[in-house]
Amino acid sequence: MQPARPAGPRLAAYDIACLRGDRILFRGLSFELAPGEALHLAGPNGIGKSSLIRILCGLLRPYHGHVEADGGFALSDERPALDMHLPLADALAFWQRIDQAGEARADFGLEDLLDVPVRYLSTGQRKRAGLARMAATGARIWLLDEPLNGLDTHWGAAAQAAIEAHRAMGGIAVIASHQPLGLSNLRTISLLEHLP
Amino acid sequence: MIGRFGTMLWAVFRRDLSLLLRGSVGRGGAVLPLLFFMAVAMLYPFAVGPDARLLARTGAGVIWVAALLAAILPLDRLIEPDLEAGFFDQWALRGLAEEALVLVRIVAHWLSFGVPLMLAAPISAGLLSLDAAQLRTIEIGLAVGTPGLAAIGVTIAALTAGLRAGSALGGLLAIPLTVPLLIFGAGSLQPGGEGGLILLAASSVAALAIAPFAAGGAIRAGRE
Repeated sequence: MQPARPAGPRLAAYDIACLRGDRILFRGLSFELAPGEALHLAGPNGIGKSSLIRILCGLLRPYHGHVEADGGFALSDERPALDMHLPLADALAFWQRIDQAGEARADFGLEDLLDVPVRYLSTGQRKRAGLARMAATGARIWLLDEPLNGLDTHWGAAAQAAIEAHRAMGGIAVIASHQPLGLSNLRTISLLEHLP
Repeated sequence: MIGRFGTMLWAVFRRDLSLLLRGSVGRGGAVLPLLFFMAVAMLYPFAVGPDARLLARTGAGVIWVAALLAAILPLDRLIEPDLEAGFFDQWALRGLAEEALVLVRIVAHWLSFGVPLMLAAPISAGLLSLDAAQLRTIEIGLAVGTPGLAAIGVTIAALTAGLRAGSALGGLLAIPLTVPLLIFGAGSLQPGGEGGLILLAASSVAALAIAPFAAGGAIRAGRE
């Protein structure tokens, strides 16, 4: 039997340690994620969740250990990477030209905001715009740093629904959040268990 | 794969150019360096007096000083805002090398400040009583020298991005690095100084060759 989908994405980390400044934030962290799996990175502020996200996608070098990944990364963090002075539609269109991945599947309720300059958007609206930009990349591995920050209950649930839809298509999601998540079959790693 | 990176870099280039030409909110775009450049040429005759011989002898040097300082003006918006907003991280995730991004930005920066300066040079030359031969040398000098100024500007912008008082430091760093361009550019206008244009071109090429690697390395190092 041939699989219906192309070979799924994979993300694995082996014995990762992270050094920031002269301090080890965490060590001995390992996991493997198969298509459709999601991982919740838990822990209080400053424990290194964001650093781990950046290590996974290669923006930071781990102090020890290594990461293996098949499939492109999409990153959503506190910076939406959208041009503040442009209307939202134009700011998103820039990334559509870069990614060439067609329309976003997920709905973040941005239709009424498309002609509003990004700088006039509220925190939550910007977060939704950043999530929409990430969802539109077509990348198979989603890395989300505090995706629920600034979102109200309704859009928080919509964001989690988008993650579930991404997993249903065989995607992988890693979510750093200090808030509880309502995702099914969620694996959780608490960075508190990996303190040096 | 080359085609895909080409498409991405083309989109980045179009964004860079529109940002640098038009400026964004609270930023002057290409108009500010141009106005500055013109203002120096306008003010200089008031300061030294209307003696046409004196203006003709010193004016060309003033044009070069004005061009150099105009290149420093936009330093703080060349790299820092995009680094801050996460654009460089997003591009890195898509496999775009920082070196290529920097090269694209140097071209966009040059188009938005070097070319307007060349267009404004005849007006400045008129204000400073320069003759046609001097203007021709200035235009050639600006054509080969401003790419080097753009390369040095982007490199310094990358090195100082994220530092406190980065823009003030950037201006100070730019002055010694751009002095060779100033010496050869202004020197080419002295009688028998045409050889200066060759040295100017050489300095410019050297700056262009080093800048993508220095600035790309600086952006990557800034992530640590």
